[in-house]
Amino acid sequence: MPEASSAGNDGSATVLRAAVEEFLYREAALLDAWRLDEWLALFTADGRYLVPTTDLPDGDPQKDLVFIDDDMVRLRARVERLKSRHGHREYPSSRTRRFISNIRIKVDDGAIVVTSSFLVYRFRMGESSPYVGWYEHRLKQIDGELKIQHRKAVLDQEALSEHGAVSIIL
Amino acid sequence: MFDPKHLIIDSPNEGVFRVHRSAMTSPEIFRMEQERIFNKCWLYLCHDSEVENPGDYRRRNVAGRPLFFIRGSDGKLRVFLNTCTHRGALICRHDQGHADILQCFYHAWSFNNQGDLIGVPDEAGYPASFNRAEMGLKPPPRVESYRGFVFVSFNPDVEELVTYLAGAREYLDLIADQAEKGMRIIPGSNRYSIKANWKLLVENSLDGYHVRPTHKTYFEYVKSMGINTSGVQTAFSRPALVLGNGHAVEEHDGIRGRPIARWSPLFGEENKEEIAAIRAGLVRKFGEQKARHMADISRNLLIYPNLLIIDSIDITVRIFWPLAPDLIEVTAWQLAPKEEKPELLARRLDNFLTFHGPGGFATPDDVEAIESCQAGYKAEGVEWSELSRGMHREAIAEDELQLRAFWRQWFGHLSGLGHVETNDPVIREKAALAR
Repeated sequence: MPEASSAGNDGSATVLRAAVEEFLYREAALLDAWRLDEWLALFTADGRYLVPTTDLPDGDPQKDLVFIDDDMVRLRARVERLKSRHGHREYPSSRTRRFISNIRIKVDDGAIVVTSSFLVYRFRMGESSPYVGWYEHRLKQIDGELKIQHRKAVLDQEALSEHGAVSIIL
Repeated sequence: MFDPKHLIIDSPNEGVFRVHRSAMTSPEIFRMEQERIFNKCWLYLCHDSEVENPGDYRRRNVAGRPLFFIRGSDGKLRVFLNTCTHRGALICRHDQGHADILQCFYHAWSFNNQGDLIGVPDEAGYPASFNRAEMGLKPPPRVESYRGFVFVSFNPDVEELVTYLAGAREYLDLIADQAEKGMRIIPGSNRYSIKANWKLLVENSLDGYHVRPTHKTYFEYVKSMGINTSGVQTAFSRPALVLGNGHAVEEHDGIRGRPIARWSPLFGEENKEEIAAIRAGLVRKFGEQKARHMADISRNLLIYPNLLIIDSIDITVRIFWPLAPDLIEVTAWQLAPKEEKPELLARRLDNFLTFHGPGGFATPDDVEAIESCQAGYKAEGVEWSELSRGMHREAIAEDELQLRAFWRQWFGHLSGLGHVETNDPVIREKAALAR
């Protein structure tokens, strides 16, 4: 995981940390509750969601193969698909539970870059294996609210193996 | 002894083609397949472009055997069994890398990148009969390639690869010819498992019949991007094509653009000229008909037993290995011309993400479908799967002829008949009349 030094030790850093942690936990809660439209609203209009392949965690979607590279048009379509009874891999929907920890925050030229570790459990049809990896959220303050400009989920697994797909939002 | 002849009912006169579902569940059949198919046929290993420079290597399992391939200092790609000739440790322990010398970490025997044993610590400790020249890394019995696609076989007596490929050669040409300076595998691979029998993935990959019902959400997405999807209704009415030796291709009319060479508005006006130029180049080189075949028609090509090339809005190379009767390990890559312009490559990769791959809008539903079949077999009471669609006519892409062709060859191998006639009699008779 790349280094993300803490944003300092003064009071403002503590306030920022509390806000960022609350934001990540709220995001996880929305995804676990399948409140996907509300989750979409957390993104900026130019938001992006990226999941690189397991063998190329630094993959650049412009020139490398990745698992997911969604702009907001495709992310909206992904959510529509997840809500549809014709999105067979997630119908009936999985139960999921996300655990987020090791949160580190760096402020970089107006953007708040947050890295964190995740464990995402997915339960469905007798399956219960977790996705393990780390997130990079690039957040932006817009009208006093944090919004996601870029959200990357990098898997630590050597292969997707038993999951067969990245059918949920990681 | 288990008798495979009770596994398939193939009665064209009665219009019956059924496969016994134990073919997907039985551990005994699974073992038989390893011995009679995967130990006998040509099996896909890699694309030539994956090790570009001398010393580049990658390791990969083929039919459960650890292999690696490396480009030697002499520029030649070689394949070796990934095991030290001394006491057996894996020689190549990274998935990929670069080495002039490969040293086994166990006793430090060293091999050059052409496989010769060049260093043995305290060699004097061995008897006079020890011959270093005979202790080089061992290749699998056969290695051959066609148009950059490298295959291995563990059967020393297997026919030449080009003979084995039969009618599939022409389709590999159709893909390889799209590149001016050769094809390359794009970095990044999809590796995932499916809890189903491998033959269900073969069936799914050649099956035009499932596309509209299963992939409804994909077509809705495509439509939402402003693409006219009405052509999908008739896209799968081309003749079904059986290519011999179990190989088959399912061809359909593409409704979307592709970098080679079918422009659509999603590619942007700025790329219109480039794509037109690529297409004009194909026409110049191969004539209007072949160029059209390359650029306007999409295909799922099965190289028996387990290599699938999807030449469509992108080019996906997909290999899948059975690990158990109900478990498959899949690896998929993207193939693109070496000379492809960055904008077109980006569009190709984006095309891939919409349909293919474990995060796509369609492939996960295929995985769900075949896992669902495998789960359904546990009910046991229904013994046979029905595969007679189109058997009474000249079958089209959304019939099940390609599936029958695969199954007929599978049956040929399991029952010891070797290569067999795989086409439907209706089509064979018509071909005979035409002669």
